[in-house]
Amino acid sequence: MTGIPKARRVATAALAAVLAGGVLAACSSTSTKSSSNSTAPAGSGSASSSGGAIKKGLKVYFIPKDTQNPYEVLADKGGQKALQELGGTVTVSSGTADTAAAQLPSIQAAIQAKADAIVIAANDPSALCPSLNKASQAGIKIVAFDSDITCGTSPNHLFINQADTKTIGTSEVDLLAKQLNSTGDIAILSAAASATNQNAWIKYMKEQLVKYPKMKLVSTVYGNDDPATSLTVLQGLLSGYPNLKGIISPTTVGISTAAQYLSTHKDVAAKVTLTGLGLPSQMKKYIKDGTVKSFELWNPSNLGYLAGYAAASLASGTAMQAGATFTSGSLNKSYTMAAGPGELSVVLGPPTVFDKTNIDQFNF
Amino acid sequence: MSSDVILRKSGGNTGTPPVDDGRQPLWRSLARWEAGLVLVLIGVLIFGATESATFTDPSTVFYLGINTGYIAIMALPMTLIVMTGEIDLSVASMLGLSGATVGYLWHHGWGIWPAFLVALAVGFVGGALNGLLVARFGLPSIAVTIGTLTLFRGLAEVLLGSLTIPTIGDRLFPNWFADVGANSIPGTQLSWSMLFFIVLAVVFGVVLHVTPLGRSMIAIGLQPEAAQFAGIRVNRIKFWLFVLSGVMSAFAGILLTIQNQSVSYTAGTGLELNVVAIVLFGGVSIFGGRGTILGVVLSVAIVGSLQMALTQMNVSADKQNIVTGVLLLISVIVPNAGAALRRIQERTQRRTKPSTKPSTKLQSQRSIPKEGQPS
Repeated sequence: MTGIPKARRVATAALAAVLAGGVLAACSSTSTKSSSNSTAPAGSGSASSSGGAIKKGLKVYFIPKDTQNPYEVLADKGGQKALQELGGTVTVSSGTADTAAAQLPSIQAAIQAKADAIVIAANDPSALCPSLNKASQAGIKIVAFDSDITCGTSPNHLFINQADTKTIGTSEVDLLAKQLNSTGDIAILSAAASATNQNAWIKYMKEQLVKYPKMKLVSTVYGNDDPATSLTVLQGLLSGYPNLKGIISPTTVGISTAAQYLSTHKDVAAKVTLTGLGLPSQMKKYIKDGTVKSFELWNPSNLGYLAGYAAASLASGTAMQAGATFTSGSLNKSYTMAAGPGELSVVLGPPTVFDKTNIDQFNF
Repeated sequence: MSSDVILRKSGGNTGTPPVDDGRQPLWRSLARWEAGLVLVLIGVLIFGATESATFTDPSTVFYLGINTGYIAIMALPMTLIVMTGEIDLSVASMLGLSGATVGYLWHHGWGIWPAFLVALAVGFVGGALNGLLVARFGLPSIAVTIGTLTLFRGLAEVLLGSLTIPTIGDRLFPNWFADVGANSIPGTQLSWSMLFFIVLAVVFGVVLHVTPLGRSMIAIGLQPEAAQFAGIRVNRIKFWLFVLSGVMSAFAGILLTIQNQSVSYTAGTGLELNVVAIVLFGGVSIFGGRGTILGVVLSVAIVGSLQMALTQMNVSADKQNIVTGVLLLISVIVPNAGAALRRIQERTQRRTKPSTKPSTKLQSQRSIPKEGQPS
């Protein structure tokens, strides 16, 4: 019935065993060479010079969340520009899915290629720590941007914060207040109700609103970063609060959906002012046709550029400690590392405000 | 009924007029497949060594183990399940649920070993649920396990939500996690997960290819009804295979938790497809009844080495996906191409020589099961 000769079965099983044994043997025979590798001295930044000259020929691995995300692609390009100016090279490496497992091979490749620094936007705050710690032990400097890691001191790392959380929240309220003469009912069109960054910003918006007693937050709605859902909750908002004067949408999906709706409903647009966080490329036409007066965002290209300079400085001997400083090329600013709530960080700067006067200069 | 089965059986290998007993072609095609895999592996190793600057670095073996070991462990029970003509798509979700269970219990003050035991028990129960629905109620395994794929991942999300364990205020996982998860076995470049895989592969190979139990699994995959009539307890074997798959996936989840020294509910999302790909590329027939553990071991080595080499060469991930996709297609097309060619040949033969004795006989035989196809 089974129709398979016994000889073959035995042969296969034997082969499997031989192969397994072969792998084992091969591994143990190569072990001596590698163990000397793994005891390489931990590069814990004993050189305490800060702001020294940048070494030439530095190899920096940029590991974005994935290789397609347009925002991260811009940041990676910024990093490439920085290392080009400094006479080094950037290797961009990551997976196609936003998972920690997809980023691990890139970290390993960086270790094997004896990179000088890794700049990473982490898909998981903890799962990458063991691998990054191994990289750090091999003397590679770790810089995080966009999405931080929480590894404690293993490894020590520097986080490049796109913009201070508090500043993002308060500046959006200030931006809207300026346009509304600090008066009227306002609402927030957010992304997912569970989004950590959104909720942190909204918290600071509420605190800032105390300074504007005539402005009243009547509702916060959630569009889940989905255009259709955003549109539905926006329409509910407009019909539920006919006196609504302003909307803050701290998400690129929410603000572009709302702007599109307002641009086709001029009667509503005449009464309601929209602002928030948006991409200049998406918002350009609404700025031009007057639907939206101004909105803000940080520049992802500058974020990557700064991360590139930070990585190069650290790899050239700048100490990884609070108070250490480094320069930032065409950003024309010296950045000082600060001990944040948990780990070291620098803040890129206040968000850029986009309006009629400058929108044409940006193409991301 | 029994005559029906006999007809179906003889209908299976009708193609070549000089009727053989079905042994030769099977033996030859399998031999060719595994020999082919060895050649492909050698090719990949040469490719890696010449094209990538760091492929020959000993640490490549270690990283390969870290990246592939826990996936390969899930491929072993999957091999047996596919051999019996079924599939288990819930493995990666069970990995996630197992990790989430460990994380949840750790978060609530449990010791690590009791947490591991509960996670394995969760794997047992989840696998038993799959097995019950497939073997007991006769539901199609692909539908059942797509259901439990979503269910297990959903439960994992309920347990952990957006938390990554250890979260703020938690104890850190024990220190030995770093030794087992992030370091190789002392004196070698082998990761612990890869050692587990090799040991388990030997056990699975012996069970499948040497024991009567393994022969029963092959028989089930070739002819479920015939196996039933031959006295093989088809449903019981299938049930326990799903339980085994659940427990092994839970074990893989524990290994991944140890490697990452942390866990979130998304751990291992989407890996079921990698597991199935490894098994199919290893030469295990998706229709059941054909395949070897050796083929799966070779497949693990090939897929793992290729991924290492391509990442080292900084080939972008989407291009890597293309390579994996093409490999999978080849593994499905090549073994079936021979059979398809024979069918076409047979059809043209029938058309040109309609009155020859054997082919008319064949046609009448084939029409019977078509009416009342026993399933």
